[in-house]
Amino acid sequence: MHDALETGGVSRRTLMISFGGGATVAAAMTLSPGLSLAGEAEVQAIIDQMAEAAPAEGGVDLDLPEIAENGNTVPVTFTVDAPMTADSYVKTVMVMADGNPQPEVARFHFTPESGTASASTRMRLAGTQGIIAVAQMNDGSTMMGRKLVKVTIGGCGG
Amino acid sequence: MFTRRDFLRTAAATAILLGGPDGLRRAAAAQALTQDDLLRFDPVGQVTLLHVTDVHAQLKPVYFREPSINLGVGAVEGLPPHVTGTDFLSLFDIPRDSPECYALTSVDFANLAATYGRVGGLDRLATLVKAIRAERPDNTLFLDGGDTWQGSYTSLMTQGEDMVRAFNALKTDAMTAHWEFTYGQDRVQDLVEGMLAFPFLCGNVLDTSWDEPVFDSTQMFERGGVRVAVIGQAFPYTPIANPRHLIPDWSFGIRPDMVQAHVNDARAAGAQLVVLLSHNGFDVDRKLASLVSGLDVVLTGHTHDALPRVVTESGTLLVASGSHGKFLSRLDLDVQGGKVADFRYRLIPVFSDVITPDPDMAQVIADVRAPYEAECTRVLGRTDDLLYRRGNFNGSFDDLICQALLAERDAQIALSPGFRWGATLLPGQEITVDDVHSMTSITYPAVYRTEMDGAMIKTVLEDVADNIFNPDPFYQQGGDMVRVGGMAYTIDVGKPMGQRISNLALLETGETIEPAKTYVVAGWASVNEGTEGPPVYDLVANYIEREKVVTVPENTSITIRG
Repeated sequence: MHDALETGGVSRRTLMISFGGGATVAAAMTLSPGLSLAGEAEVQAIIDQMAEAAPAEGGVDLDLPEIAENGNTVPVTFTVDAPMTADSYVKTVMVMADGNPQPEVARFHFTPESGTASASTRMRLAGTQGIIAVAQMNDGSTMMGRKLVKVTIGGCGG
Repeated sequence: MFTRRDFLRTAAATAILLGGPDGLRRAAAAQALTQDDLLRFDPVGQVTLLHVTDVHAQLKPVYFREPSINLGVGAVEGLPPHVTGTDFLSLFDIPRDSPECYALTSVDFANLAATYGRVGGLDRLATLVKAIRAERPDNTLFLDGGDTWQGSYTSLMTQGEDMVRAFNALKTDAMTAHWEFTYGQDRVQDLVEGMLAFPFLCGNVLDTSWDEPVFDSTQMFERGGVRVAVIGQAFPYTPIANPRHLIPDWSFGIRPDMVQAHVNDARAAGAQLVVLLSHNGFDVDRKLASLVSGLDVVLTGHTHDALPRVVTESGTLLVASGSHGKFLSRLDLDVQGGKVADFRYRLIPVFSDVITPDPDMAQVIADVRAPYEAECTRVLGRTDDLLYRRGNFNGSFDDLICQALLAERDAQIALSPGFRWGATLLPGQEITVDDVHSMTSITYPAVYRTEMDGAMIKTVLEDVADNIFNPDPFYQQGGDMVRVGGMAYTIDVGKPMGQRISNLALLETGETIEPAKTYVVAGWASVNEGTEGPPVYDLVANYIEREKVVTVPENTSITIRG
């Protein structure tokens, strides 16, 4: 389905804890000094590099949990609405996480022979953040989808 | 908070609370409320759905006070079930001091409890279910929305077996689940495969390795000549709200596309009526009903709401049947051409004192309690004040638990989970081991003592607040707000994530809680594996035994805005 996969590394996880779950809590909550999260600006810079004009909203469906069961391995599936013919097909899909230290999660490459522009993987999320998928067509045009995933401390469910 | 427009958005169905415009009211006025008054119903159509949910292992009658604060945010602000107290009475045209007022609101609760008595008890519920089945033998389905196996001393000691026996005896047709999973995946499988006499339906639970279904999603029934599909939906956030390490191989989620696929499969298999037996929570179900087509009825659960009328959303009927065995819902449906042509609904309050206990179920209850009866009924002390939990913020029993946490673990701040379950005690009532377990009986009970900085404490409060007040119900994971002892805070529920909590202060000194300063915190129900400390039910029981008589001053430390 894809012929190359680059996975962005995440050096720390911050939130897979219960509220007040013991001595590990305080340490786990604090990011190391000097380690900043990517933020939307950094994601925008990557999109600008990839696309000449602002990507059209929609056309990229993101299947993600609203709240992650395990921030260390969050399943993500995207499906791009494209005919996948020689005249019109998705070349590349970039998946990004705007709250991770390195926002690039994975880049997928497709050809018309792929049949559909859809793929699944799992990613590590440092905390609650937006997941963005930008699809680039063979004519250079781009479209994108975005969805918020919460990574919560859990507990209290009544 | 409540407007006329909101009223029009609730279904003005033929729903009649308590058997007619003045049925129970008149009966109560004559001091002659009877079992027949509770059962009175003019049947309609071919199918009768009976629904209970969130019984929380309450075999015996209890008092249960409905919330005085149940805030809705975003699109559901001011809509049922986010209406309480006198607003609720106005919305549903219920007179003060009536049986309906007592059953459905917190208004004048302690006084009305003295008049109308306890509610629930599975032997009483069995009497009602048997009577309706006798009247509608070929038409009735009895469905349980889950949170059944947890919440009492005996359910904890028997790891849910007492409730399986009781619900087998009720000849339940199907159930779904949430707290059941806190006994661990092996225990759940053992009970489902070895003991449970009816389907355990969880269409949204997949194994984490292969994304394959763990349980059946759907059971097909035929009632009154109508093919009825019941689809089960377990609590979507079980591995987040409860310890994931207890169910490491199972994945949950709302999965609207999967619900739609189950509905489509059921229709393709000939279902003329499709029912979702859900533990999503009311607001999640309301949104889900707007997204899924072909769903006739959602029997909601999880959020413990009790609504005397059906709410309609995009043509789907939503039923909210309360908790703790306090209510039995009866929904009669006339199905024509694969659609609901007519329906009639009644939320039947299970007033324990006017219902003859079913002898068979009374025997089951006596049998399962026999080995534990002496310990369950052991008196620990007495309360001067009304003790309850349910509501968005600290209930008085939570304040008592926080008192105990601070005292027994020598902490500055106490954190206690915002569970919705737990029965109510009246002023002057004795407190037994049963009563403490009704508030604390969980499989991960360790009371930890740890240090947290002020920033972490604020993060905890913000995180839990978003799990209840996120304007999109699909992002709401939690129960009610985490309860606190030893500290004050202000919450603005309408603010975005991370900006709702302010003015954190330490009660013992009045000083502001500083982000970088460290505080000693005691709490329980950590979802982390390996949390250490004494079990909360023993800690609270010891505290009450030592105090002998407990008092809980009104909690004025939480300021609510928005």
